[in-house]
Amino acid sequence: MRREVIRHPGLNLGPAHGEANEAAQTMLFGFWVFLMSDAILFGMVFASYVTSVHATAGGPGPHDLYDIKSVFIETLLLLTSSFTFGLASLTLKYKHSQSRLIAWLAVTLLLGIGFLGFEVHDLLSMIAKGGAPSRSGFLSAFFDLVPLHGLHVTAGCIWLICLVGQMARYGLDTKVKLGILRLALFWHFLDIVWIAIFSVVYLAGLT
Amino acid sequence: MSLATIFQPALGRLGLDSLPFWAMVQHPTEANVINGCIATGAASIVVIGLIVTVALITKYHKWGVLWSEWLTSPDHKKIGIMYVVIALVMLARALMEAWLMRAQQAFGLGGGFLSPDHFAQLFSTHGTIMIFFMAMPFLTGLINYVMPQQIGARDVSFPVLNSISLGLTAAGAALVMISLVIGTFSTGGWFGYPPYTEANFSPGVGPDYWIWALSLAGLGSTLTGINFAVTIYKERAPGMKLLHMPLFTWTALCTSILMIFAMPPLTVATAQLALDRYLGFHFFTNALGGNMMHFANLFWLFGHPEVYILILPAFGVYSEVISTFSTKALFGYRSMVMATMAIAILSFTVWLHHFFTMGQSANINAAFGIASMLIGIPTGVKIYDWMWTMFRGRVRFTVPMVYSIAFIFLFVLGGMSGILLANPSIDYQVHNTVFLVAHFHNVAVPGVLFGMLAGYHFWFPKAFGFRLNERWGLISAWCWIFGFMLAFFPLYALGIMGLPRRTVAYSQPSYVPLEIVAFIGAFLIIAALTALVIQLWVSVKHRNENRVFAGDPWDGRSLEWANSAPPPEYNFAVIPVVNGRDAFTMAKENGTAYRQPDRYVDIKMSKNSALGPVVAAIGFALAFGLVWHIWWLVILCFFAAVAAMIVRGFARDTTKIVSAQEVRQEHRRWLDAVADANAVSHADETKSVNQGRAAQVPAGAVP
Repeated sequence: MRREVIRHPGLNLGPAHGEANEAAQTMLFGFWVFLMSDAILFGMVFASYVTSVHATAGGPGPHDLYDIKSVFIETLLLLTSSFTFGLASLTLKYKHSQSRLIAWLAVTLLLGIGFLGFEVHDLLSMIAKGGAPSRSGFLSAFFDLVPLHGLHVTAGCIWLICLVGQMARYGLDTKVKLGILRLALFWHFLDIVWIAIFSVVYLAGLT
Repeated sequence: MSLATIFQPALGRLGLDSLPFWAMVQHPTEANVINGCIATGAASIVVIGLIVTVALITKYHKWGVLWSEWLTSPDHKKIGIMYVVIALVMLARALMEAWLMRAQQAFGLGGGFLSPDHFAQLFSTHGTIMIFFMAMPFLTGLINYVMPQQIGARDVSFPVLNSISLGLTAAGAALVMISLVIGTFSTGGWFGYPPYTEANFSPGVGPDYWIWALSLAGLGSTLTGINFAVTIYKERAPGMKLLHMPLFTWTALCTSILMIFAMPPLTVATAQLALDRYLGFHFFTNALGGNMMHFANLFWLFGHPEVYILILPAFGVYSEVISTFSTKALFGYRSMVMATMAIAILSFTVWLHHFFTMGQSANINAAFGIASMLIGIPTGVKIYDWMWTMFRGRVRFTVPMVYSIAFIFLFVLGGMSGILLANPSIDYQVHNTVFLVAHFHNVAVPGVLFGMLAGYHFWFPKAFGFRLNERWGLISAWCWIFGFMLAFFPLYALGIMGLPRRTVAYSQPSYVPLEIVAFIGAFLIIAALTALVIQLWVSVKHRNENRVFAGDPWDGRSLEWANSAPPPEYNFAVIPVVNGRDAFTMAKENGTAYRQPDRYVDIKMSKNSALGPVVAAIGFALAFGLVWHIWWLVILCFFAAVAAMIVRGFARDTTKIVSAQEVRQEHRRWLDAVADANAVSHADETKSVNQGRAAQVPAGAVP
């Protein structure tokens, strides 16, 4: 039993672990593998961006377009949302009440939506300043990378709402728990990708 | 995208001029009529084939069976069979295109009969289909069918995801098929290099068909790779260590890992090309900072691992076939495993050799040239291992074995020409000539295709419960072998004589004799395909004389032979315990095979799910809408796709129980059949006396 617990530090699937844990192991391992594949996807888009950063074709460059203040707020929002998701995971693990779990998830969702709001605002103001994706190779690559991350966050938000919906319908059953565990991985993964975007795109772009 | 484009007419770009005979009716010049007739004939084959299929299913009232037993089934065995069916249908189409191209080139001195545009569509679809819709579904189908049984599992880790992957691949294949009937396919080759495939130079629907067909298939393959890798890591029978796995499973693992890592660059390349074409981005355009070299790098970063995704499972099949039909354990198992892994890793280090002539410095070319040559080392190890496996074995020349031996001879030649091409200075001389075409067909046909066909003959009795006709199989195999040699060896010479690849017509009379030889080869290959069809027909007709229900027609070595043919849905009544390589051979030698267990337990299996076919339908309609700019359809399908995923998330009742009683009954029926079956010697295994139980030879005796 002790070994089972060690194998599953993040999980609380029921009093007798056993079979449910085996299934969870496969499911979570599969999701890790998917994230690896997704990481390659981001890697390729990063490569595209890095090799296109000087292809501004006489159009506006990073200094003309990036608004570091707004991006910094986005970063704080997303990092905080990762922290609140961590609290949701802890609530799940230590069997606190479902309402507390939902509350933390809701805070996470709001922070995620806030992040998206700032990002959309940023992108629109870039376009207003003449930085539309069809302007240059650099802007094409930028608008491939940053909104790709944004789309991932959007998908994560929809997934989160669906999980809360499932919880309302079925309570905290194994499938919902597994869903929360996977969404947590996804959410933290997007956080890490954002840190890379913040450093490579914004900080490096503005130096 | 402006609002005006969104509110275009409901049919987007679709119009009467999208039909293949429209140009010929409007402007009946001789060239238009010939090309129009060929295109219309091809379209008719698709339409008539579809109508006949629908009519037959309706006539025999099989819609219900098709839906509940096949399309919605999460059973890896049925999904595997459906993949192979897609592969064979697409193989037939791409072979006819190949024949047409050889015909055009045979008569190509000063013109020929096809228009350049039509010829360009032929080589683009031929390549796209052979890679993405023939080889990929074929190997995915074989792995799906065989791998879970080889590791003693009941199914893959994510059965419904498996069905979704199949749906995505099928949608891509359907898109390529419908491009024959409505509109035209890309003329940009199977790798669709921009800027030619950008909107400026190819404003039509061709590149869009190519982009979305590849996107669907690529997504399907990514999910398949994840599914297979997780299955192999997590679902092995108790006691089966990684180094106990059959070699086919090893190659399946390496291929899956390659799919997981190599498909994303393709997804990015096609998505960026789509952004360029649809929304005016500048990734690969000539102007405004676009750079087509990014596409070349991304595409071949996928494209090179892709060729190992294709070849590794074939290597796995050869390993199983050669060891089984030499009646020996595989020689150098560990070296085989290490060679497979080495090839998988090296495959990521050589992509640049696909464009040595596109402007890198000599040092970069040299580094990639050396890396490319290195791949010859592990491949050489494998060739020696197969030969040593046969050495002093009692080799039986069955159909799969004929393919395997032909592979060893021909693949070595293809590999040699690969080593030549890996040298940048030689590549500069022969790049973009048919020498290259000869090289990659020399590795793809005897390597991948022969492997897939060997696997088809080897495992067919397991899947359907009866053996394929041996005589027609041999006829087909020899037609393939000689057809291949006649069709492609002349291209080496033609390439050195300077014939560029993808040439629709030429003015050099000295090319003609070799082109005629290649054309004769194309006829032999069509004969090989015909023989395959006849073989299937004859085998189905005489199936009752060739039943092998006992399940082990070839004296097999791994666990997929340790159940009935066809196996029950759950594969094994009792999950076998493994403690070494060649688990079934070991069990037969110890006398632990075919044992009745003390008790049976209930088995939990996945329930059928409509998600696979639903995703296929949505994926196809979405892609079709994107190709023709039918925006309402695109939006509708997008929301339908999201809704389908959300609804699936709310599904709870997704498993069913097969009762112990049922399992016991089925297992008993099989064990009785095994007890009643003749124990057949190797000499008689291709005769109807073979009922699927192999006679065991006492240790040390000559079999």
